[in-house]
Amino acid sequence: MSTAETVPLDPQQVRQDFPILHRTVHEQYPLVYLDNAATTQRPRQVIQSIVQTSEQHYANVHRGIHTLSEQSTDLYESARQKVQRFINAARPEEIIFTRGTTESINLVARSWGDANTGPGDEILLTEMEHHANLVPWHQLAARTGVKLRFIPLREDGQLDLDRLEDLLTDRTRLVAVSAMSNVLGTVPPLERIVQAARSTGALVLVDAAQWVPHRPTDVQAWDVDFLAFSGHKMLGPSGVGVLYGRRELLGQMPPFLGGGGMIRRVTLEGFEPADIPARFEAGTPPIVAAIGLGEAIDYLSRFSWEDIHAHELRLTRLAHELLGEIPGLRILGPEPEHKGGIVSFVFERIHAHDVAYLLDRRGVAVRAGHHCAMPLHKRFGVGASTRASFYLYNTEEEVHRLAEALDQVRQFFRQ
Amino acid sequence: MFSSPEEEIYQEHILEHYEEPYHRGHCPRATHAHEDDNPLCGDFIHVELHIDPQGVVREAYFDGEGCCISQAAASMLMEAVEGKTVEEVEQFRAEDMLRLFGVRLTPNRQKCCLLSWKVLQQALYSPLEKKPQDDSPQQQAAAPEPPAEDTP
Repeated sequence: MSTAETVPLDPQQVRQDFPILHRTVHEQYPLVYLDNAATTQRPRQVIQSIVQTSEQHYANVHRGIHTLSEQSTDLYESARQKVQRFINAARPEEIIFTRGTTESINLVARSWGDANTGPGDEILLTEMEHHANLVPWHQLAARTGVKLRFIPLREDGQLDLDRLEDLLTDRTRLVAVSAMSNVLGTVPPLERIVQAARSTGALVLVDAAQWVPHRPTDVQAWDVDFLAFSGHKMLGPSGVGVLYGRRELLGQMPPFLGGGGMIRRVTLEGFEPADIPARFEAGTPPIVAAIGLGEAIDYLSRFSWEDIHAHELRLTRLAHELLGEIPGLRILGPEPEHKGGIVSFVFERIHAHDVAYLLDRRGVAVRAGHHCAMPLHKRFGVGASTRASFYLYNTEEEVHRLAEALDQVRQFFRQ
Repeated sequence: MFSSPEEEIYQEHILEHYEEPYHRGHCPRATHAHEDDNPLCGDFIHVELHIDPQGVVREAYFDGEGCCISQAAASMLMEAVEGKTVEEVEQFRAEDMLRLFGVRLTPNRQKCCLLSWKVLQQALYSPLEKKPQDDSPQQQAAAPEPPAEDTP
């Protein structure tokens, strides 16, 4: 973890770095961007990095002998080291650049899963997972016959771990769990889950797409085997993500995609795969995006995690307080102290799409729908919800504007 | 309040259909029925029709859950198709549905508006299974609805 000096988090100051936050929507309304769990905006520093790489250093990596290729390769590999330090991985080759969390999890399911699971084996998931941490396992189950089991959610939006010991057996090969729910914001007790998994010999994969941008990550202290996240939810560009894997595991796993860059040598009869990380980075990787992600890490590292967390908690508490006063509105999931900066809610008689549409008419950007977590919504008996999610550049004034607009929605539908 | 022209998709007549829908519920003499959803937003619409032997839609009912647009559109559509022949309903195209709705919608919201229209078109070809006249008493008892008129 970086121990460099940090600066105090001043949201107004931070906003100066984000050009898009100064635009208006529907001509007159200043943008209130509260869709950060879907994707975050980028600071000038990241945008500049994209421009500068493109204008000065861009070429393919690990290929050419020429100057640009060397510069590009240096920048790309230096981004890998930034990621390594950011999540405290032991070695840079444990960092695989992918297109995003989804591809990272698919990589594990295809490569590790195909080679290591079969009938009689089990994978333990939870009821709150994003489709990205469900569908790859459904597909794996169809290929190898591995059985999927699920840790249920309690009514309060927390995982029901009472039956963890029943669900986790010596047949469990992997526990794949989100570090923070993208709908409820729920933060499960990862330490307890990892301990239980270790006691039965199961591996642990963490979907950290919602966690890594907001809280400190330490894959060694957590003692997890795989960890997946995306650049675009942490101020970086879209199109780049990360799979962390323990070196011993990655080293034994067969390649996922075949192609250029992932081989040691190829003959007409076959191929010999390259060492990690190249083995899992077939084809030309997202070069500019990965370098931009490194820049986003530098930007985030200017602030302390304590400040970021305290700020998001303040906004979440305020949202709970203000939205809780709106008749007919029900917030899903745990209290602010037990979750990240995510507030999903339903109106008794107003559909989420109508809510999101009318909020947008007031410049407030939120997400409406099932947020790629249909089983979770089914669990709470709702078809769709509306979600506001916060980040370091959001302000208390914006939460007030959300609440005011929501009250107008309610009045509009004469509730 | 929301009164600017951008909010015109929620015009008064649409809100009225949403709040007091036409024929929301079961069609007592249903001969045809179909149901579908839009998994993207969770909206679903169930349509029940009574089509007489001459091929005229005598009654049209819907039920469902979803946004204001999808539910108001279903209400308007039920009202519009009653009395029409199956051929006329078939010729009622997506453009006609959007025109019936009467407000310009973005492509995303057009899907909400067209859900009931799609379900209706399918319902025309989804006859309910005719209950055999000589149903055994046990089977009749197991049938969920409607409650038999001649129950003592």
